[in-house]
Amino acid sequence: MEASGRQIVELIPRLRRYARALTGNVDQAEDLVQDCVERAWGRLHLWQRGSNMQAWLFTIMHNLHVNSRRRASNRPDVVTMPDWEIGGGVQPIQEHVVEFHSVIAALYRLPLEQREVLLLVGLEGFAYREVAEVLGLPIGTVMSRLARGRERLREMTEGPAESEMKRSS
Amino acid sequence: MSEPIDGKLLADLHAYVDNQLDPAQRSAIEERLAADPTLARMAAAYAKQNAALHAVFDPVLGAPVPSALKRPPAPRWPRRLQQAAAAALLLAIGAAGGWWSGQYAQNATSARGVAERAAVAYTTFAPEVRHPVEVAAAQQDHLIAWLSKRLGTPVKAPVLTSVGFNLVGGRLLPDTATPAAQFMYEDKQGRRLTLYVRIDGQRAEKTAFRWTTLSRVEVCYWIDGPVAYAVAGELSREEMQPVARMIYQQVDG
Repeated sequence: MEASGRQIVELIPRLRRYARALTGNVDQAEDLVQDCVERAWGRLHLWQRGSNMQAWLFTIMHNLHVNSRRRASNRPDVVTMPDWEIGGGVQPIQEHVVEFHSVIAALYRLPLEQREVLLLVGLEGFAYREVAEVLGLPIGTVMSRLARGRERLREMTEGPAESEMKRSS
Repeated sequence: MSEPIDGKLLADLHAYVDNQLDPAQRSAIEERLAADPTLARMAAAYAKQNAALHAVFDPVLGAPVPSALKRPPAPRWPRRLQQAAAAALLLAIGAAGGWWSGQYAQNATSARGVAERAAVAYTTFAPEVRHPVEVAAAQQDHLIAWLSKRLGTPVKAPVLTSVGFNLVGGRLLPDTATPAAQFMYEDKQGRRLTLYVRIDGQRAEKTAFRWTTLSRVEVCYWIDGPVAYAVAGELSREEMQPVARMIYQQVDG
């Protein structure tokens, strides 16, 4: 297999993590990953050697997700809370569970445009200019969505966090 | 809330949380954080958000990747490759069966000739994403009436749902004396097979199922009086057998 093909394979786990976080729904995420990877294989000849494969793949996924949301816009969203043991993985340490849970619950109350920036930056570790490239936005828009998203998330989660501090332990 | 934070400072605050600052910028923002509890609370909250995302979603990274995703999907070749495959098959048949020699004329009307035609037609049209058929299954009545008229005898599209294949549609193809018909079927995984039907006039014999493999295409063919049938697909013989039997039962008599 060519180096570019190997790069796709190596990035599939990342695409799956992002899809799961973005949709909050296991089935939807798997469909999205499958469509994205299939399309990437089919269009590999269009990928420019030496350019950023990671950004290219996430761009494909972003476009597919936007299109599927548009098609489904007259149907209600099905968001299922992610399992704590997704993929049989690590269980968060007990005292953090409540905090994490409130962050994730709030995440799905954010508008999609803020959620995707938050995830690309905070979960996938993209540089801000890469996020701008993936989403096809000016970097200023990326920064303002990030700032608004994080601040809203903080407002939604700090209530319980503060009351927890008053609680005797 | 304290006084509003200017855009530059806010951008630096986020970049600090996301580890996107160089060391000099980093120590500058750390000084601001030490002096401003509001900023420090924001930075701590944002860092906690990132930590929560990783704690919840990182386990997905460890899930096994389905092997189907790890390689290019097989049947959907780019058009150029698809044409090359059909041409290569024609050449292979030519070399083996004397495509360019006088044998061709004899071969063409034989049962074996039908198998070769069917394999070439399969290789040409089965990988088509947008135009696998001329007339889709949705207009099945029209398809059957049209093909029956052009072949000069009633034809039918067998129903293969019980063996997992649904009709995609069909097309008319050129052949030696009369045109031939190709019906295309697809299963749930998108695997396709075709039924090739040709009328060979005054013949009366019947043959049993015969099998041949041309390139990677498995073909099961038989003659039933004036009609020659060939089922072609990139499936194993074991997978094709029930399909061929089902077709035989439906077209017989």
